[in-house]
Amino acid sequence: MEGVYRILSAEIIGPDVKRFEVQAPRVARYWKPGQFVILRAIEDGERIPLTVVEADPEFGVIVLIVQGVGKTTRTLNSLSEGDMIPDVAGPLGSPSDIEMFGTVAVIGGGVGTAIAYPTARALAEAGNRVVTIVGARTSDLLILVDELEAVADTVIVTTDDGTAGRAGFVTDALADVIAERRVDRVIAIGPLPMMAAVSALTLPHEIPTVVSLNPIMVDGTGMCGGCRVSVSGETKFACVDGPEFDAHGVDFELLAARNSSYCEFERRRLAEMGEK
Amino acid sequence: MPRTPMPEREGRLRALDFEEVNLGYTDQLAILEATRCLQCARPVCVDGCPVGVKINDFVAAVADGRFDEAGRIVATDNSLPAVCGRVCPQEIQCEGACVMGRRSSPIAIGHLERFVADRARGRGGEQAPATAPSGWSVAIVGSGPAGLACAADLSRLGHDVTVYEALHEAGGVLVYGIPEYRLPTAVVEAEVGRLEEMGVVFELNAPIGRAESIDDLLDRHDAVFIGIGAGLPRFLEVPGEHLVGVQSANEFLTRVNLMGANRSDAETPVLVGKRVAVIGGGNTALDAVRTALRAGADSATVYYRRTEDEMPARREEIRHAREEGVHFEFLLNPVGFGGSERVETMELVRMRQTEPGDDGRRSVEPIEGSEVAVPVDTVVVAVGNAPNPMLSGTPDLTMSRRGTIVTDEVGMTDKPGVFAGGDIVTGGATVILAMGAGRRAAQGIDAFLRSGALVEID
Repeated sequence: MEGVYRILSAEIIGPDVKRFEVQAPRVARYWKPGQFVILRAIEDGERIPLTVVEADPEFGVIVLIVQGVGKTTRTLNSLSEGDMIPDVAGPLGSPSDIEMFGTVAVIGGGVGTAIAYPTARALAEAGNRVVTIVGARTSDLLILVDELEAVADTVIVTTDDGTAGRAGFVTDALADVIAERRVDRVIAIGPLPMMAAVSALTLPHEIPTVVSLNPIMVDGTGMCGGCRVSVSGETKFACVDGPEFDAHGVDFELLAARNSSYCEFERRRLAEMGEK
Repeated sequence: MPRTPMPEREGRLRALDFEEVNLGYTDQLAILEATRCLQCARPVCVDGCPVGVKINDFVAAVADGRFDEAGRIVATDNSLPAVCGRVCPQEIQCEGACVMGRRSSPIAIGHLERFVADRARGRGGEQAPATAPSGWSVAIVGSGPAGLACAADLSRLGHDVTVYEALHEAGGVLVYGIPEYRLPTAVVEAEVGRLEEMGVVFELNAPIGRAESIDDLLDRHDAVFIGIGAGLPRFLEVPGEHLVGVQSANEFLTRVNLMGANRSDAETPVLVGKRVAVIGGGNTALDAVRTALRAGADSATVYYRRTEDEMPARREEIRHAREEGVHFEFLLNPVGFGGSERVETMELVRMRQTEPGDDGRRSVEPIEGSEVAVPVDTVVVAVGNAPNPMLSGTPDLTMSRRGTIVTDEVGMTDKPGVFAGGDIVTGGATVILAMGAGRRAAQGIDAFLRSGALVEID
């Protein structure tokens, strides 16, 4: 049934950001919003987690959006239509909580928007009023804005440099939304400092807030413990207990430190890659 | 006549690479060792074997130089003999029972088993007689020792077998956990290849429980065997344990064994550092500490809270580790880790043994005010594993409070047609016990399929 993970389409959608449609029938059939895959870009390659943006169970196809930051993601982004990915394991992780909450603010920062999109869509389908805030450093890095406009009640765009939407951070926009109306739930997915800032903003308002964490992982099945995070003082494994957690309990500082474990190695590998 | 020593590579030299430590008996050495066997009328060694290998018969065949026949005898009861010959704790099983042990030293049954299995593998493996296809199909979840043993027997019994594995390689703990120098990947690959030749299908990258549920598998297959092991690493739950550089033995070993992080051209990183501290006293702790030396550590030390006598590790591993330059510290227990972001120090408290309790076993207790701190670059925590959580929440599958799956004596769970065995049922144990459970479950599944119970469920 499995074993062939062919890239059916590959499209550049931003600087170093590529959108792939990949044949992965098992993942496509069982995936739910919030879940991820672990893949290897080449034989003997590293296993890296990537969140699935969309799945078509009928055709056995999943959509991945990849930002080339490390060696594996850059290698992946050098692949094109017709190429094979050696391994795509999944789905992994627990799905997002999709219920009728009322008004939900879904915030996507950078490529985190790719993860926020399926959850926003599922929440809208479940009857929630969905306010989406999409942020990026600059307009080139904004993704999925059209797709989000098709599913959300409101889409607010922010860029740090003001090249699109309102100038500033997603937290500025969120503060205004909270001031204007009742928000029953906030979901924030993006870089760690952004998620930490959103969490700090919603805490005094006592708005339940969920973040999707991206720690270092090897197997994705609860086996290595590399993805352990501290949530409300308890050790949790992001791969099986998450990746979504109550933002107000997450120790973001610790996670940032743990995510830098292999920085030196990654820099060296990237330098070697540049020399080739 | 003393026991014939296993030829092995010199300690300091072998600690520099991942080549196998034990070189294996030659034909002459195997015959020499096999002729020591007294051929007892009541072979107690067989009672000591969890899968009941007819040890007396295969050893007699080796003594006569009938190596192929010896291989066939072993293969009748043991589907992974090349693995078991290398990793079974023989000293507490067959060799522990051997009457020669009382006079001098027991027959080296493990070394002989490895010898006949390696010879058989050289010839392409021991082919089991083909059985007429039964028409039934069985799903096996997890490709570790329990799953492989169950798959082998079910396939021999004529059933269609599909093995589902979450990782990208088959073998479970045999490939991610046990290091190359103790169990070469090639040995496991050969065993998996043999099953494929028998018609067993392996579906990799298939995390059952997140992808298909057990009920989805029952739609597609007539019975299911769950052998997903105890892979959830336990931590010490002490301050500083989340510092960078503190890792579980599973993570450390998986990075090296499965992902090849020790190679210079590796795509996957691993933190080793100059001074490595390994916490624990089992085989996993010894695998981690010896791997650390091979991956470039200057010093590698095992810290165990009890004494050497209580170490659950195989004696051969402890001896091998010492020869390679591993340090051992006993009666010390970590109480915290220090450092800013990266771990720099480990705080330990000295332990003392208590008087033996009613069960005759000595426990340990901390000595107040005896804390010491040692400098470390990395720490590997090897204090055991909890049951794999991937199938928790499966409807009708009864689990204990510890998270293990509850089964009857033939391995059937409370969910009809669903069997389980190995570490997911017993909690963390050994390769051979898991294999034994896989084989018993294969018998149970076969009986279940042929009993007609299936029709009633449908």
